[in-house]
Formats: sequence, C-alpha cells, structure tokens
Amino acid sequence: MYLNQFLFLAAFLFCVGVYGVLARRNGVLVLMSVELILNAVNVNLIAFGAFHETVVGQVFALFVIAIAAAEVGVGLAIVLLIYRNKHSIDLTEVDLMKG
Amino acid sequence: MLRNAWVIPALPVLSFVLILFFGKRLPGKGHELGLAAVGGALVLSVVALVQWVDRPADFEVPPAGEHAAATAGEGEHAAEEGEHAGEEHAEEGAATDDHADDEASTTTAATEEEHAGDEPATTVAAAGDESLSEDERADAEVAAEEAAAGEEAVAAEDEHADEAGVAASAEDEEGGHGAEAAAGEEEHHAEPIRRPVEREVVWFSSGDVEIKAGTRMDGMAVILVFTVCLISFLVHVFSTNYMHDDRRYTHYFAALSLFTAGMLIMVTASNTLQLLFGWEMMGLCSFMLIGHWWEEKNNSDAALKAFLTTRTGDIGLLVGISILFVAAGNTFDIAAINDAALSGAIGRTALVAAAAALLCAVIGKSAQFPLHTWLPDAMAGPTPVSALIHAATMVVAGVYLVARLYGVFWEGFDIGAGGINPVALAGGVTVLIAAALAFVQSDIKKVLAYSTVSQLGYMVMALGVGAWTAGLFHLFTHAMFKGLLFLGAGSVSHAVHSFDMKKEMGGLKQHMPTTFKTFVIGSLALAGLFPLAGFWSKDEILLGASANGYQLFLVVGLIGAFMTAAYMTRCVYLTFFGEYRGHGHPHESPPAITVPLVVLAAFSVGAGLLNAPGIALFSEWTEGATTIAAGVEHHDFSIGVALLGSLMGLAGIGAGYAYYWRNLGPHRLTERSGAALSGYRILENKYWLDRLYTDMVVGGIKGPVARGAYWVNQRIIDGVVNAVGIGSRAVAQFTYDVVDQKLVDGVVNGTGVGAEEGGSALSVLQTGRVQQYAAFLFGGVVLLGGALVLFA
Repeated sequence: MYLNQFLFLAAFLFCVGVYGVLARRNGVLVLMSVELILNAVNVNLIAFGAFHETVVGQVFALFVIAIAAAEVGVGLAIVLLIYRNKHSIDLTEVDLMKG
Repeated sequence: MLRNAWVIPALPVLSFVLILFFGKRLPGKGHELGLAAVGGALVLSVVALVQWVDRPADFEVPPAGEHAAATAGEGEHAAEEGEHAGEEHAEEGAATDDHADDEASTTTAATEEEHAGDEPATTVAAAGDESLSEDERADAEVAAEEAAAGEEAVAAEDEHADEAGVAASAEDEEGGHGAEAAAGEEEHHAEPIRRPVEREVVWFSSGDVEIKAGTRMDGMAVILVFTVCLISFLVHVFSTNYMHDDRRYTHYFAALSLFTAGMLIMVTASNTLQLLFGWEMMGLCSFMLIGHWWEEKNNSDAALKAFLTTRTGDIGLLVGISILFVAAGNTFDIAAINDAALSGAIGRTALVAAAAALLCAVIGKSAQFPLHTWLPDAMAGPTPVSALIHAATMVVAGVYLVARLYGVFWEGFDIGAGGINPVALAGGVTVLIAAALAFVQSDIKKVLAYSTVSQLGYMVMALGVGAWTAGLFHLFTHAMFKGLLFLGAGSVSHAVHSFDMKKEMGGLKQHMPTTFKTFVIGSLALAGLFPLAGFWSKDEILLGASANGYQLFLVVGLIGAFMTAAYMTRCVYLTFFGEYRGHGHPHESPPAITVPLVVLAAFSVGAGLLNAPGIALFSEWTEGATTIAAGVEHHDFSIGVALLGSLMGLAGIGAGYAYYWRNLGPHRLTERSGAALSGYRILENKYWLDRLYTDMVVGGIKGPVARGAYWVNQRIIDGVVNAVGIGSRAVAQFTYDVVDQKLVDGVVNGTGVGAEEGGSALSVLQTGRVQQYAAFLFGGVVLLGGALVLFA
C-alpha cells in the first residue's frame, strides 16, 4: 500500500481548507472550509491507521466526525444569528471586538 | 559588734531613706527617726568601744627594721599565711568573746556557775579559741606552719582540761584579760596590740583584681566612730530645738543622717575606695547643709565654694588612690598599702607622688592653708551643722586620711627624719595664719571657724612631726570642745538672734549662765589649760615636735597656743562680759540646747585624762600595726614642755584679760600706726586669698577659657554642626533629585508609560476580524512546526 497518495490528498484538502478559512468572506463557506481541514485530518488518520494495520486511526476519525458535526451546528447557528442582526454574512463586517 | 560594724553606718543611711519617705508624716517631722538612728549608732559604738577595750592584745608587729627583714625573701610567704590563719582564729575568738561578755553582764555571779555547768561548750570554746590565737602567735614566731592545725587541737583540749578545774567566775574574767596576762608573762621584743577586726565581702572582681567592701575596726576607727556618733547625736538633739520652725526641717534631718553615715562609712572603711566613697558623700552633704538656707545668695555661694574648694583637693585624693592602687600591687586595701609602703615594696617616686597627691586632698578637706577659705564661709549653714562639720566629721576626714595611710606619708615624706616636711609645714603655716585671722573677726562663728582651721593645722602638724597618737588624740579632744563651742555659739545666737559679737552681744553672763559656764570650759580646754582636755593633747603634740627633732614646729605650736588662748579670751569677753549691746531680752536656752552643752563640757573636762601620763589608755587602744611598724616613737611626759605650753596659754589669756578687762595695752593702735593699720587690713581681707582665687585664679582662667570655649563653640562645634547640616542638605537634595525624582519616579512612570504604549501598540493588532486572528494562529503554528522540524 502506498501511503503518500493519501498524504498528498490530505495536504491538498488541508491547503484548500486553509485558503477557504483565510480568504473567503462568506461565513458559511468558511465553515465549509473548516470541514475540509478536518476531513483532511481524517484522511490522514485513517491512512496511517491502515498503514500501521490498526483501528486507532479510524476511532479517532469517528471522534473528529462527531465533534465536527457539533461544531458545524454551533457555527451555523452563529452565522444565522449574525445574518438576523446584520442582514449579511460577510465576516469582514463582523468586527465588534475591534480593540 | 566589731565584726558587725557595718550596722553602725547602715543605721543613719536607713534613717536617711526613711526620713525622706515618711519624715513629713510623722509627728516630729522626721527628727525622731534621725535621733533613733544616730542614738542607736551611738549605743552600738559604745558597745564596739567596750569590746575593743576588752579585746585581748595578742598581736605582735615587728618594728620597722625587723618588719622589713621578715617580709623579705621566703619569710614573706610564711608570714602572710600565718597572719591569715591567725586572723580567722582571732575573729572566731572575738565572736565567742562577745557571747561571754554578754553573759557576764546579764547574769549574776550565782547564775554564772549554772551557766558554766549547763553550757560548758561555749566557755570552753571561748577559752579554746583564745589558746588558739596565742598558740598561733607562737607558731608564727618559730615559723612552724605545717604542724599548726594538730598542735592547736591538742592545745585546745589541754586548755579545756585546765579551765574546767577553775571556778566559773574566774573563767569569765579569763575571757577578757587572761590572754593579756599570759601575753605579758612571755618575753617579747614588742608590746602586743589588739588585732584589728576585719570583715570583707567581694564587691566585684575584674580579672585578678578583687574589689572588696568591708569594715576594718581598729582602735582608731572605734574611737572615731564613737566620737562621730556622740557629736552627731548631741547635734541632733540640739537641732530639734534650734531648727524647730525651719521650713525644711525634715530635709535637714535627712541630710544630717546621711552626713553622719558618710563619716561613719569613711572611718570604718577597710579600703581606699570605700574611704573615697564616704569622703565624697560628706562633700555632697556638706553642700546640702551649708546651703540649707539657699534663698539667700550668700549661703548658696558658700555651699558652692565649700563644695568646689574641697573638690579641688579631691582630685589629689583620686590621683593618690590610683597611684597607690597600682604601686601596691592592684589593691585598695589600706593595711596592704601601708605594709607595702613601709616595707619598701612601693618605689620611692610613686610613694612621694602618692603622698603629695593625698596631701592635696587633706589640704582641701581639712581646710589647710591655702585652701582653708571655704571653711569660714561655710559658717553660712545652720549652727548645729557647723558644729557637726567642723568639730567631728568632715574637716577631720583629712586628718583621718593621713593617720590611716600613715605608712605612705611616713615613708613618702621621711617624717621620721626630722627637719621640715610638707605635712608638718602645711599644718604649721595653717596654725599661725588661721589663728591670726581669728583676732579680727566680729562674727562669733567666724572666730570659731578660724580656730578650727588653726586646730586642724595642729593635728596635721602633729602627724607631720611623727606624733601620730598626739594628732589623733587632739582630733578626739578637739571634737569635744569645738563641738561644745559651736553649740554654745548656737545657743547664744538663739537668744540674741545674731552672730555679731561687737554689735549684738556682750554681758550675756548674767542672762545665760549655763551657756556661759560651758562656753568658758570649752574655751579653756581649747586654750590648753591644765587639766582640761586640750592641755593633754596639745602637750603631746608639742612634746612630739620637740622630741622628734622638729624644733621649728615646737615654736610654731607654742606661738599658736598663745594666740589660741588670746583670741578665745577676746571672744569670751566680747560675748559674755561688758554691757549688753543688743536689743530685746536675751534668755537662757531650753534644755534641748543646754543638755548637749553640759554633756560636751563634761567630755571637754574629762576626755584629756584618757591619755594622761600614767594612764595612757588612748595610745594603748589606738596604736595599730602601721604606727608600730613605722616605728613611731613614744615620749615620756616632759614637765618642761608641759609648763612651756601652759605658760603660753596663760600668757595668752593674761594678755586678753589685760587688754579687755583692764583696758591696758595699745588700744586704737590701728589709728595711730600705719604699720599696724596695714597689718590689720591684711587680716581683715584674709590675706587677699579670696581675691586671689576669685579674681586672679578664677578670673584668669575664666576669661581665656571662656574665650577659648567661645572660639571652639563658634568655629569647631558650630562648624561641625553646620558642615553636618550642609552635608545632610546636599545629600538630601541629591537623593531627591536623582534617586527619588529620576530613578524611583522614572521606574514608576516608565512602568505606566510602557504599559500604555504597549497596549496602544498591541491594540492595532486587535482588529476584531476573525480571519485575521486565524491567520496569526496559522502563522504561529507554521512557525512552531518549522521550529520543531528544524531543531528537534
């Protein structure tokens, strides 16, 4: 089994995710990018688990998926509330914490 | 009592404290405490005197030559040990003696036997101890120390067996005189004396030096303690009436008690340090008493003068004691110092220096020329105080000092050699100079004051010419008749309220018969008329001067005797004869005043017989180891000298009688003769000594000293103060400017400013944009990850 293809895929997904988080202004898209990053990690975990012939990687991946679901739930709720207040989900406009 | 002699000074000290605390609340305002304490001390001193007289004379001191030989080389050690052991035994013997005496006095002859039967232990112990001390002496002579203990025990048992056979009454007598008789039977080269009773405790010790406090009771101390207590008690009695309405009555009695205590401490002292303590106590109390009526400036001036003048001499005492302490081998012990001086253990230079320094103290305290000026001024105090200070206590302290440390003076000034020496010279000059001054005084107390100075001169001269016993004897008799004269003067002033003989007195013979009679007795005793006290003591001084090779001082003494008789005649005439010149009605004084006069008059008559030829008890009692070791000579009564002295006294009285009663002689001489007038002026101005001291000495020192002090004050002290001030100010300014303002404030402000600047700078980063934060986060992770990869 070749490990590096999975690692390349994960790295690619991670980079796309990071780019999305840092560059996109739409809050929903940012949340989706976060999902990409988490899934990149999942790919890595499962790949290493398969490579080492152990189920630990898959267990961790399941935890990540569960927590990501919760995170998206909370995140989408926040975005929804932002939209209700500002009629926009542009993150650059949400700077109430500016020092 | 001899061993517990410390009780005698302790009583007046106690009464001093009690009077100060409780005096004012008592019905007698404190005088009862003073009377009780001094009266008690008087009783105890009589007991001590009796015990001393009863004390067996079993102590031998080799005269000068043998003493030196005995203390040289190895003999020294043995002799010391022997002495030490002997002392202990003698003390034990004394203690049991006392017991035996008490029994003898309290029980009758019949019960004595019972006592002897019931308590054989005590009498045997007394007898045994006596035998011990005798035995001890024999041991010391053959220098067989090692067998002493055993032999003593055997001897004690033998004695026990012998004594048991004798009747009880005889035994008791033995307790007193047996040893004397036994001592007389044996053949000795020197006459034995009574061993002094010493008792010392270590006060404190510093290294090897032990400073002790204790009493040393020998004949001289016993006699002086008795004299002081007697005069002090009579003065207390006198004062209860004389000072009756005084505003500081209580304090007066307190000071009187302390004064007596000071003198008693001094005379019982066993070491020079304690002597100094008593000496200074008296100086202090004389200040308090002379300045008792300090509201008048004259009185407080006189008190200051007495204090400062005696203080001038006291420097000498301190120096002398210090020299002797070092020279005699780190000891203050008087007996040790005397021994060291006589045996030649002290170097010649140190001895002369110490004797000279001590002589300064004597000149100051005993009012010898030229420091006598304080004594007449001290008459500003109440009259009983004058009697106490000038008859029995303070002024004779100097004489006592010479007599006590006689070894030092004897060797230091070569008193045995004859001719002229400083002690005799100081005394001789004082005799004449003070006697001359007594002629021109119109104040009765001033006459007595100069008379005291003159008589003190006699005493010092006696000690200076080697007549130790005579000097001490004159001290004793003089205390009696001078105390009498002062109290008599007090009685007169009590009647006429003045001391001025020329203006306020005269003709008091009829009004005050008791005072008159006693005063005349005192005057005659002072003039040295047979058989009154002054005759015997003065005669001994003259005899000593003539026999010891001091012819010059014999002449001085004779002239002094003439002058003394003459000025006392003048004084008696002006006070008691002629017309009464005062106003009011003088009356005889109450008993509190006349009884002391009568008692002292009795002593003035009888005291001299104590040392009359054929009796000579006084010299037997007082002469101690020092005088015998020094080799002070005794001289047989010389009828020639006695006649000469009496003739001079009679001539003085005759001259006074002729001048005043018969109106003969050169009256109004001062108006006719310039020489006589200038002589009178010299006397009237007291040889300008006061002027010399106040203007030249004090003024001469005061000006430059004041200027120097001013300069020192302005330049040095103020300079230092100012420099310190300026320096402090500069340091403070620097601290404020640099440390406080710049450093401390800088740190505080810098912290604030730093926090503020840092905050505002960092607040730029806080944009509130989540993505930017995420970017920082990511960047940070990248950096950390990079670092991990690179360095881990």
